[in-house]
Amino acid sequence: MNQSISEDWNLIIEPKKSLFQLNLRDVWIYRDLWALLVKRDVVSFYKQTILGPIWFFIQPIFTTVIYTFIFGKLAGISTDELPQPLFYMVGITAWNYFAACFTKTASIFKDNEGLWGKVYFPRLVMPLSTITSNLVSFGVQVLLIILMMIYYFSIGTRFPLNAGILLLPIFTLLMALLGLGLGLIITALTTTYRDLIFLIQFGVQLLMYVTPIIYPLSSVPPKYHFIIECNPMTHIIEGFRYAFLGKGACSLFSISYTTILTFVILGIGLILFNKAERTFVDTI
Amino acid sequence: MSKIAIKAENISKTYRLGEIGTGTISRDLERFWKVKIQGKEDPFLKINSHHTQHKDQNQIVHSLKDINFEIYQGEAIGIIGRNGAGKSTLLKILSRITAPTTGVIKIKGRLAALLEVGTGFHPELTGRENIYLNGTILGMRKAEITQKFDEIVDFSGVEKYIDTPVKRYSSGMYVRLAFAVAAYLEPEILVVDEVLAVGDAEFQKKCMGKMNDVSRLEGRTILFVSHNMAAISNLTSKSLVLEQGNILFYGETNKAIYAYQSLSKNKLSYLSTKKESDNIPFIKKVSVITSEGTALHQHGATLKIVFEIYAPTKIPKAAISFQIFNEMQIPCVQLWYFGTNQPFLTQKGLHILTCTIPKLRLYQGHYTLKVYFAQFGGDTFEILSEICPFEVSMLNQKRDFPWQAGACTYLEDSEWNIENG
Repeated sequence: MNQSISEDWNLIIEPKKSLFQLNLRDVWIYRDLWALLVKRDVVSFYKQTILGPIWFFIQPIFTTVIYTFIFGKLAGISTDELPQPLFYMVGITAWNYFAACFTKTASIFKDNEGLWGKVYFPRLVMPLSTITSNLVSFGVQVLLIILMMIYYFSIGTRFPLNAGILLLPIFTLLMALLGLGLGLIITALTTTYRDLIFLIQFGVQLLMYVTPIIYPLSSVPPKYHFIIECNPMTHIIEGFRYAFLGKGACSLFSISYTTILTFVILGIGLILFNKAERTFVDTI
Repeated sequence: MSKIAIKAENISKTYRLGEIGTGTISRDLERFWKVKIQGKEDPFLKINSHHTQHKDQNQIVHSLKDINFEIYQGEAIGIIGRNGAGKSTLLKILSRITAPTTGVIKIKGRLAALLEVGTGFHPELTGRENIYLNGTILGMRKAEITQKFDEIVDFSGVEKYIDTPVKRYSSGMYVRLAFAVAAYLEPEILVVDEVLAVGDAEFQKKCMGKMNDVSRLEGRTILFVSHNMAAISNLTSKSLVLEQGNILFYGETNKAIYAYQSLSKNKLSYLSTKKESDNIPFIKKVSVITSEGTALHQHGATLKIVFEIYAPTKIPKAAISFQIFNEMQIPCVQLWYFGTNQPFLTQKGLHILTCTIPKLRLYQGHYTLKVYFAQFGGDTFEILSEICPFEVSMLNQKRDFPWQAGACTYLEDSEWNIENG
């Protein structure tokens, strides 16, 4: 009857009508929660450990050492004339961040079953805070890369520093959003299909081998180039190497391809997640 | 004039029984392939659901059916109902944890729901960090928490340990801290589940006091779900009674409690399934007649227990006795009728024995009967356990300090003499 009265409501609860009603404004209202969840993740990571934040270093260093030995020394795979440890370190750092975003987001419904069954907040805050808190270990590892670069610089290796370094934040953002998007798709599907959780455990590992982490794109035989280049992570990793070390394939095309694909995946992820979050309590 | 705070229109919630898919993606794909593409029979169809697969209404459970209600600002509303009546579903919809299947709820003002205390507490974090984390999870802004921080700590009474990880807290401290955060949430509408059933009596009293302040003094709207009728009647003025997804009653709390209690009226008597032709004596019926005529009995009022016993012949030295057990399965009362001076079943037929307890002194709580029927020095005919459940309530006995559950088993009459000097 009276239009002005019905507009007064602060909140209207109804069955969701549109798939595209994402309520991103709610996420902004809960930004303090976002920040506190990041703090929780970081603080609880090293509480009651002897080495504390040093753990952030140990894993990438050991992986780099093993990779250098197996892929570099034993298998003798090319590293584009870059120092092997540095080559692997850059790849591992970027990949670890992507993999963490992806796997943590993919299990977000399962991990928060208890909490989400008891209290409402915009569910998207949780994966967002996860990808943010993973930035900390990523940042620490980037610092490690810089230290290694300084070391190699001091013994005579020269890196052609270029404007590509300015693209680093963009690559990082793309990685985070790609991991988030893929994770959201998987987690939305796991509310009905539990078996997908097993898939991603080894799926992420396999995916690493079709991404140029332990080999440069330039060493891939031309007939396989197309397959490897379909993988959006290929361009991000190559771009990363280009930004830091000046070697790697990076073009306007590869960046736009990755960006567009990332946003398409993120869009699909958000829609599926949004659909799943409304009733997941009833099905999980 | 008071304004509407919550308006629910045609709220329904249905659940599908059984699995929605087959449970794994490969089977769903196989089903899709076989049924839709090849036109074969569904390989994963359950045998007994063969003919009713498509429009089977039996597989759908209505947790809430077309609920409509309005709540005005500043009202304290109780939500009562038996298990499975739809209380939790209504709470989950109101708190936006799950969406309704149909219908709309319109809400005016900030709503906060408290379905559990300490939601999202992280054991490794300190009390201080958890106050902030829990507060923001419940919808507060960080600045708001900082402003109320001292009050929260004060209310919880754990100042000394505020910088200790909460995993080192005793469970009592943990709960106190958690409730303190919730108590200072200060939304316009507060939805509270039965979370007060935690902590010691002292703290429960503090919580109830706080909730009372929130609704009476600060004029906020409260929705309170509980099985504890005493708490409901203390705190709320109006109540909503749910029964099998429908609203059975919505109005004054006293009447609502009465309506709720009447639901279990039919269980108040025990009816035997035995037949008179079997030639053995048996108890045909036991009924408890409470002060309210429902399962609710007011403390101190007259309680009658009526036994209808059938005897095929005269039974010499017949004996009947019964015990009243409390929730802890402790017998509190025993009464009997037997002996040479108290004969009954003196002839064939139905005999009615009424036991009147003029002033039942049992304390508030839930009770059941256990009845023994035998021949003194001879056969035991029947023992009936856990029949005729009823509840004793102190609702008519007001005192300044609220009655605490389990404080005693019965109340004794007493006289106090005060001498000054």
